[in-house]
Amino acid sequence: MRRAVEAAAPFLFGACALVLWEVAVRLTHTPPFILPGPLAVAAALVEDFPRLFPALVFTVGVTVAAFLASASLGLLLALIMTSSRWMERSLLPYAVILQVTPVVAIAPLIIIWVKDTRLSLLICAWLVAFFPVVSNTSVGLRSADPNLISLFKLYGASRLQDTVWLKLPSAAPYYLAGLRIAGGLSLIGAVVAEFVAGTGGDRSGLAALILEAGYRLNMPRMFAGLLLISMVGVLMYALLARLSAAVLRHW
Amino acid sequence: MSVDATPLIAVQGLAKVWPDGAEVLHDVTLDLPSTPQFLSLVGPSGCGKTTLLRLIAGLERPSRGAVAWSGAASKGANKGGAPQIGYVFQEPTLMPWATVFENVYLPFKIAGVSRRAAQDAIMEALRGVHLEDAAARYPRELSGGMKMRVSIARALAPRPKVLLMDEPFAALDEITRLKLNNDLLALWQALSMTVIFVTHSVFESVYLSNRIVVMAARPGRIAADLAIDAPYPRDEAFRGSALYTEACFEVSAALRRAMGQAP
Repeated sequence: MRRAVEAAAPFLFGACALVLWEVAVRLTHTPPFILPGPLAVAAALVEDFPRLFPALVFTVGVTVAAFLASASLGLLLALIMTSSRWMERSLLPYAVILQVTPVVAIAPLIIIWVKDTRLSLLICAWLVAFFPVVSNTSVGLRSADPNLISLFKLYGASRLQDTVWLKLPSAAPYYLAGLRIAGGLSLIGAVVAEFVAGTGGDRSGLAALILEAGYRLNMPRMFAGLLLISMVGVLMYALLARLSAAVLRHW
Repeated sequence: MSVDATPLIAVQGLAKVWPDGAEVLHDVTLDLPSTPQFLSLVGPSGCGKTTLLRLIAGLERPSRGAVAWSGAASKGANKGGAPQIGYVFQEPTLMPWATVFENVYLPFKIAGVSRRAAQDAIMEALRGVHLEDAAARYPRELSGGMKMRVSIARALAPRPKVLLMDEPFAALDEITRLKLNNDLLALWQALSMTVIFVTHSVFESVYLSNRIVVMAARPGRIAADLAIDAPYPRDEAFRGSALYTEACFEVSAALRRAMGQAP
């Protein structure tokens, strides 16, 4: 009973807030181009679905691709960087430079250089998302129990055995934490890059749709787009938290 | 202590100097005979007991001197063939992502032995530490004492000639510790191997060992090499015997001299 109430609490709070919002908008006669009520947003969500859905698919596509690229290339880069001190010394400064340069500043350049819109957005989103995976996984790969390292040495383990059976499993909790951050950042990177790219392209995602709706003062559609973006972010986080819990259940 | 013709391990003039110039071991010479011994290393903190153990295992390189293994064990450490050495750390040092079975399988896995071929040895080692029913469990589900048993099973499963133990029971409660002492003695007698056991406890060392090497600190060196000539098997009655009391007194006196001596 108590648990059921606890689980329902955020939904109850949300429902109350929505009712208050609708009531406030109606009582104050706020026009929809300033602040639409939740019912107007819901209506826009249904009415504009033929436009919203392809945009959603586009943004989710870029986000997921950027996330997968961060997850795989981030792990690879971390393995290369921890393989020798020289590799780390040579590569780390550039990874840091890529990380600290704001994506809005590089995005125009990438969009000009890369002809395919989807690919250019993917690159921008990847630039934002890959660093947490690299830095977390690097720490993880060095976090193996020193006594276990001694034990592997004692039994004459090869470098490959060392990496696959000791360093990678030891890094798993760190890698998964990196992935949780990268999931959110992939979406942020995809949306920010799309804002920079603007509505020029023929195929565009939720951010471009929000931008366009803003020019037209179509607030209900803006809110509908915003809602979808948040839901993608929440879904991503929930899925990655599930994955992490499943992999680490024995730790 | 009598020294036989071909010692199993001959430690010759061993010294270890850290990069900062601190000499942790100074000219340590120690022979382990080919007949199985239970040797305890006792000494104050910082006397280099752990370093000596790691040097014997080949985990550190000596600054001077050498560790020589006899013909039968000439491979030294565990490079190729059956492992000669088992090592038990102060912490259980298990892999949390692997079951008890997989943890004990590790030495075989690294040597390229299949699970099926290692199965019998692993289960026998687990029976030896009374954990045959826990093979499928994960370390997280085990108590501290059980984890340490798994660690001992992992070290013993490949049947090493020498078992090195670095204060393995220091973190355990007294009751678990006494029980594990008895289990370890039973295993030592059954498997006829040499054990080198590092401990802080004079009582533990006397109860277990037939030879006690007392070390002094700064720099770490051997201060006394004592034989405990009580017969095995030993049980709790041994703790009440005059021989036990005298031996504890003798080892304590040697330890006091070692700690009071000018370097």
